[in-house]
Amino acid sequence: MTKGKPGGNNLLDPITASNPVTVHVLGLCSALAVSISVVPALIMSAAVIGVLVFSNVLVSLLRHAMPHSIRLVIEVTLIATAVAVVDEVLKAFAPDVSEVLSVFVGLIITNCIVLARVENFAMHNGPWASFLDAVGNGLGYSWVLILVAALRELLGTGTLLYQPVPGLQPSSGWFQPSEFMQLTPSAFFLMALIIWLLNRVPGRHPEESPTRNQDDRQGDA
Amino acid sequence: MNELLNIILRAIFTENLALAYLLGMCTFLAVSQRVQTAIGLGIAVIFVQTITVPLNQLVFNFLLAPGALSWAGLGHLDLGYMRFIVFIGIIAAFIQVLEQVLDRYFPDLHHALGIYLPLLTVNCAILGASLFMVQRDFGFAQSLAFGFGSGAGWALAIIMFAAIRERLRCCDVPRGLEGHGVAFVVMGILAIGFLGLRGVAF
Repeated sequence: MTKGKPGGNNLLDPITASNPVTVHVLGLCSALAVSISVVPALIMSAAVIGVLVFSNVLVSLLRHAMPHSIRLVIEVTLIATAVAVVDEVLKAFAPDVSEVLSVFVGLIITNCIVLARVENFAMHNGPWASFLDAVGNGLGYSWVLILVAALRELLGTGTLLYQPVPGLQPSSGWFQPSEFMQLTPSAFFLMALIIWLLNRVPGRHPEESPTRNQDDRQGDA
Repeated sequence: MNELLNIILRAIFTENLALAYLLGMCTFLAVSQRVQTAIGLGIAVIFVQTITVPLNQLVFNFLLAPGALSWAGLGHLDLGYMRFIVFIGIIAAFIQVLEQVLDRYFPDLHHALGIYLPLLTVNCAILGASLFMVQRDFGFAQSLAFGFGSGAGWALAIIMFAAIRERLRCCDVPRGLEGHGVAFVVMGILAIGFLGLRGVAF
């Protein structure tokens, strides 16, 4: 589907113009679920980028050796292997974070971004382009996730990276952290706001935003 | 018995996979344009969840859990880290087999569910339920109840969401919020509604 473009575009496009989360609405489960505070969001971003790079580059290297009919099985197995490695590393070096992320690390396997990039990009492009594409998509996913997490943590508990922010504490007298921001619905509303703002950026036409053909895309993913 | 009912109720209402844990969102957004298709997908999810969660429970407890292989004299092994690969393999294989069985013996049902079944392999709600099963240490009967409950909860959420979306089509939505934007607002409101059901138990 996607043909390889000069290096820069592969890296930069997915961060803004074809962002996997806000434009293609992929990989939402984890993007929203681990967005309660910034630290888990950062670790989750690192994990997703790691898995994306690993599977994209490996699939790209193996793309001529894979029989077409069983390529999905191979791709999913590679992704699951990468996720198992990431999970073990987290358990060993960051047990607290691993506790917070609970099942969501395992769910990177079914993160549609990974399979979509592997299937649509790495199958048709060389390892270097695939590497850039993986990093770009990973960063595109990360900034949305971290932004949502930062807003939820700031407004929900008055902290950032678990450190109290002066002026946002109840003692400051004008701001009362709202417990609502720590609950699931706030993630939906923040996503809606981000998508709304990005749609209103000049140069993007909301009419062309991908409301149609979704079912096709889902088939690809 | 009460315990099992509680697991089912909690999985449907208070711990709804879609609206409390935000699982299966990609499919949730993509296949909720019409109530009819949402119902088809919902039934497929209930069916697949009710079978794969107990299946994965058996495999985990008899092959992967720490010390599970002691019957083969390999009691010191802990293959828990293999669960990701094994679960996703079992789910994919089960869906493949299910598709062929339905095609052979229940062609009508296959026709109705056909296009959604392959999608479920990459639906995080399916894999998520199996991972929650491991995390919460469910036994066989409990995982049967949990599989059914979480599937039913997901189905309920997507059918409600699709119904609201159908009505939204003739509404005047602010510019830039059409399509996905307003869909997220609707999901947020639905999630608030489900928060109100906290504490429902037998």
